[in-house]
Amino acid sequence: MEVIKTPKIENVRMLDRYNNRKPSTGTLYLTATHLIFVDPDAKKETWVLLMHVATVQKLPLSTVGAPLQIRCKTFLSVTFVLPRERECHDLYTSLMQMSQPFHIEDLYCFHYTSSLEEIPRTAGWTFFDLETEFQRMGVPNSNWTMTNLNKDYQLCDTYPQCLFVPSSVSTIVLVGSASFRSKGRLPVLTYLHKNQAALCRCSQPLSGFSARCVEDEQLLNGIVQANPNAKFMYVVDTRPRINAMANRAAGKGYENENFYENIKFQFCGIENIHVMRSSLSKLLEACELKTPSMAAFINGVQSSGWLRHIHAILDTSLLVARSLKEGVNVLVHCSDGWDRTAQVCSLAQVLLDPYYRTLQGFQSLIEKDWLSFGHKFTDRCGYLQSDAKETSPVFTQLVDCMWQLQRAHPSAFQFSERLLLHLHDHVYSSQYGTFVGNCEKDRLDLKLSDRTYSLWGNIASHLDEFLNPLYKSDAYTELLEPNLVPSNILFWRGLYCRFESGVHPRESIADVLLATRDHSTSLEMHIAHLQKRITAMKTLLDVSTPVTDNRLAVDDEDDEQQLGLSLKKSMQVVDDHPLSTSKSADSVFSDGPNIENSITSSYQLRREIDSVCIDWRSLRNIKECVCSTPFDHSSKKSHCWRCGEVFCTRCLDKQTPLPGHATHRPVPVCRACYREVRLSSSSITST
Amino acid sequence: MEFAHLIKSPRVEKVLVHRPLNKSAEGVLCITGHHLIFSAGGESPDEFWLIHRIIDLVERKPNTPPAVGGTLVLKCKDFSVISFDFQNTEELNNVSASLDCLSSIENQSLYYPFFYQPAYTAIEDGWTAFRPEVEFSKLVMQQQEDWRISYANKEYAICSSYPSAVVVPKAVDDDVLIAAASFRVGGRFPVLSYRHEGGAVMMRSSQPPSGPNVKRCREDEKLLNSVLKPGMRGYIIDTRHQSTTPTPKSKGSGGFEIESHYPQWRRIHKPIERLQSLLESLSKLVEACLDTGSSMDKWLSRLESSQWLSYVKETMNCACLVSQCIDQETAAVLLHGGEGLDSTLAVSALAQVILSPDSRTVHGFEALIEREWIQAGYPFVLRHHRSALSNTVSRNKENAPTFLLFIDCTWQIMQQFPCSFEFNEGFLLQLARHSYWSQFGTFLGNNELDRHQMQLSNKTVSLWSHLNRPEILRSFLNPLYEPNNRVIWPSVAPMSVSLWPAMYLSYVVEPRIYDDAWRDIAAICEQDKELRSKAQRLRRQLIDLERDAISKGLLDSPSSIGTVFD
Repeated sequence: MEVIKTPKIENVRMLDRYNNRKPSTGTLYLTATHLIFVDPDAKKETWVLLMHVATVQKLPLSTVGAPLQIRCKTFLSVTFVLPRERECHDLYTSLMQMSQPFHIEDLYCFHYTSSLEEIPRTAGWTFFDLETEFQRMGVPNSNWTMTNLNKDYQLCDTYPQCLFVPSSVSTIVLVGSASFRSKGRLPVLTYLHKNQAALCRCSQPLSGFSARCVEDEQLLNGIVQANPNAKFMYVVDTRPRINAMANRAAGKGYENENFYENIKFQFCGIENIHVMRSSLSKLLEACELKTPSMAAFINGVQSSGWLRHIHAILDTSLLVARSLKEGVNVLVHCSDGWDRTAQVCSLAQVLLDPYYRTLQGFQSLIEKDWLSFGHKFTDRCGYLQSDAKETSPVFTQLVDCMWQLQRAHPSAFQFSERLLLHLHDHVYSSQYGTFVGNCEKDRLDLKLSDRTYSLWGNIASHLDEFLNPLYKSDAYTELLEPNLVPSNILFWRGLYCRFESGVHPRESIADVLLATRDHSTSLEMHIAHLQKRITAMKTLLDVSTPVTDNRLAVDDEDDEQQLGLSLKKSMQVVDDHPLSTSKSADSVFSDGPNIENSITSSYQLRREIDSVCIDWRSLRNIKECVCSTPFDHSSKKSHCWRCGEVFCTRCLDKQTPLPGHATHRPVPVCRACYREVRLSSSSITST
Repeated sequence: MEFAHLIKSPRVEKVLVHRPLNKSAEGVLCITGHHLIFSAGGESPDEFWLIHRIIDLVERKPNTPPAVGGTLVLKCKDFSVISFDFQNTEELNNVSASLDCLSSIENQSLYYPFFYQPAYTAIEDGWTAFRPEVEFSKLVMQQQEDWRISYANKEYAICSSYPSAVVVPKAVDDDVLIAAASFRVGGRFPVLSYRHEGGAVMMRSSQPPSGPNVKRCREDEKLLNSVLKPGMRGYIIDTRHQSTTPTPKSKGSGGFEIESHYPQWRRIHKPIERLQSLLESLSKLVEACLDTGSSMDKWLSRLESSQWLSYVKETMNCACLVSQCIDQETAAVLLHGGEGLDSTLAVSALAQVILSPDSRTVHGFEALIEREWIQAGYPFVLRHHRSALSNTVSRNKENAPTFLLFIDCTWQIMQQFPCSFEFNEGFLLQLARHSYWSQFGTFLGNNELDRHQMQLSNKTVSLWSHLNRPEILRSFLNPLYEPNNRVIWPSVAPMSVSLWPAMYLSYVVEPRIYDDAWRDIAAICEQDKELRSKAQRLRRQLIDLERDAISKGLLDSPSSIGTVFD
């Protein structure tokens, strides 16, 4: 690629904020997708995905060289000191160009192919479907209907093709209302609670100081009518009053309670994308303070206003959720109805509906309220070279709010913090086509489902990593009521300081619990297997008892054959033996030995017992994988179920059923154990 | 009944109670010699007891006449605020006056532990479980050449706040100790606090005297130098600010070791806030926590200006420095502040949590509290008479939450190493609470002399006897515990230090959710342990059967078959 002027720079020093005295020295490689720093002595590799690069800054020259500071959208911040200024400048220009391509088709997802993905490219694209999701809520029904008015995106090009609206309103009303709303984003249904209370969303009305629109008023009235249980509805304008007032001068604004029948109107004070953007950058400044004191850090967090914004979003979401719980419809909007509205609507649904707290439900919620309803991921995440004023951490805030809720309700969510981090990484990576484009229409035009991988497919193939071991599906069936006192909203160290290796707990409860859960599963399968073997063995001994009455004859060859026969018989007793029934495609035994000869030798038994490790290695003090990839706080450490050692995810990519497990489920094993299992099973087969 | 003369209205009907996180309830309020008891009438009789010593402040708010009655507000040392609405002014006044007196009694022999009769017999007597002879027996046995137990303070004459038995270098005799004691404030001469694996030791003492006319004390120098191996240097870690140390001569505080007299020692200052400012800090913190109506900005600014987390961070920082000297440099450390009672003990105890795996077990932590706080003469009764919610009138300059600071720091380390402690945060909470109010005698007395005179071990029950009963201890064990033999280095970065919700917010944010989560964690770990032993048992059984089968010729033996495959 021509933009890469210097693909390899040697003698580069990487500065670590907490370890300035001993900077690691190594080689920096620039590839088409990554910037890779390799420190051969410390066996350390640092990979920076170019799409994750947020800012690149040349710092003042020093005696040791030219420093280049790189800040990433994942909150990694590194400084490389390059020996020559020219190299520094070359790298700077390359990074500036490559981290934000000019054309959307140059994004990572369009050339990302990976052997690591065990899934076909198509997987995930069809997991979620808007109509199916509405069917789950019982829509359409007598009050709500689906309209095809937006089939070709002619009503609103940032909305999905299928829209759900009150059955009572006519096409004229919908078209009229769309023309009275910013960007044509008319009020439509996004969620129907089981008590028939509806959550609707839209953009601000083009009311100016006094304009009104009969159709829009009729549509809102139709929404009120669609709920048999309430005579009025709330209209929640998530903006601060002053912002909404200012919009009136531009011919936009908010609903006048005098014009609309039966609405209760309320402002909620969530700030706009520009305030949020600068708030986050102030928060990161607080995280990057040199030798920070406690006071300076808390001050920094406070003056960034970040937690205040998180609080406002959660507060508004809880207000909306409570209203719906009480049976009253809520219509939510902000200015364009794709940032704050998306946050508030999705969080209110998470609070209301346990389904959205499952892994599948949460993904389907993001599909619906963020992707289908046109949150502008490409603009907000700054994928392309364009107006920096369009970028804003709106989705980061959603993820932060979700973390606050997870913290407050440890057993209410099926997925863990790790999923939120993974999601956050890939919203910004553009490695998957899922978040590319600004709306549904963009994604169809780009034919993403044919050309790129879906993040949902990737998540589906790594489910185990993202589950919350404490999840109890029946624990919270009703509205989740987080306590939103300010002292209960915390700074999320795990996200914003994720790459500061020194500041995190040295032992992770979540990791230990995940490992314990896997370990228990392995033991359960092993115990079931042992029980079957014991039964078989007992039967064998019982059956043989009359024969062995003549103990002296044991050595006789005839006897032995006879015993072999009784063994065969005894093994047939165990008719539910999994080895005989399972036909798993991945099974190494499917064409292997049958029941009769599977216990002919104690070698066989030994092999089965050896295939399951009872004591797994402790996660404590494990600094690196056998492949010498160092583990940091956020890396996933996984056990091989056969030998019980700890590996990185890259080294633990094989799965196979173990001979010592009763069920035939393929389980994670390291490469050495994989070979071992394969080899011994084939050697058994060959005899 | 005790204190009958103080209780004018022992029973008041139709009192309305408001408790945090609870629904308001009407019922009967009773005052006894040691408790306030409220029982709600109605369908679900709800009852709660408050021991008088939990009360930090009694506030009486009569209704404006002509309305009668009023509200009694009790601010408690567990940072809860409970209020009672009275219909009758006289009863309000009586109850208020009684509680005011009963919660402020200073004569310790009237405290509840002297009246408390447990309904069980302890299997282990906590009063004798942690005697210095027991605690240091291993050390003194193994290091006979270097260390000995001295009974020079047997009659508490040399140092009234020290225990009768202390561990000192073998090389110095009791005369040297006596001379060194006369050189140190309050007689707190340098004694051994902890010996690390590599042989480095931590000593603690009080400051030397100050003033222009202070002579050197060769015995003190000898005592200190005797712990240094030839050619080695030691560190004197002073928990006061360097600039303030030498100045206030008049008060007799502010002395320090002069370099020229202690050439083998290097002095480092790591200031830690003490006494009054610490209590003020805690007050500000607790008030900010209880004010649930404030905005996010207001909350964060109050959290910051309370400075509590800064003090936590500083204390951890100092303990890390001490640990570094001892573990990384194998150097001896002498630790002291002013009187050697507050920051000194907090740091020496915390350094042991970092350094010593023993101190992270239940027994080891109890021993640590005994050695470094109770026997070391931390004046619990003085310090804990008043806490965060008292007002400036009721508190005095001897009241301070230094012990709480230490417990908080331990919790911070526990957060960072959740699998390295045998006990859970509930255990820490219990210790903190019993140190302020308790039915047990363990935290009574300001020093060993005090406890000896009050005959606590005969007349009261030890907290350890209670806690160490298996049925009690069970709830304080950490299900994730996996013994960790290393030194555990905590992070002291500001983002690693957090506010302890179970301590400060338990009346603001319902703690039940977290208790439930811990119960689930325990269940997961318990199940795993059971499965593990079951798998092992079945394996043994299968191997036995196998052996049986082989001996009966029903199976090939592994050796004969092994050669085929190997």
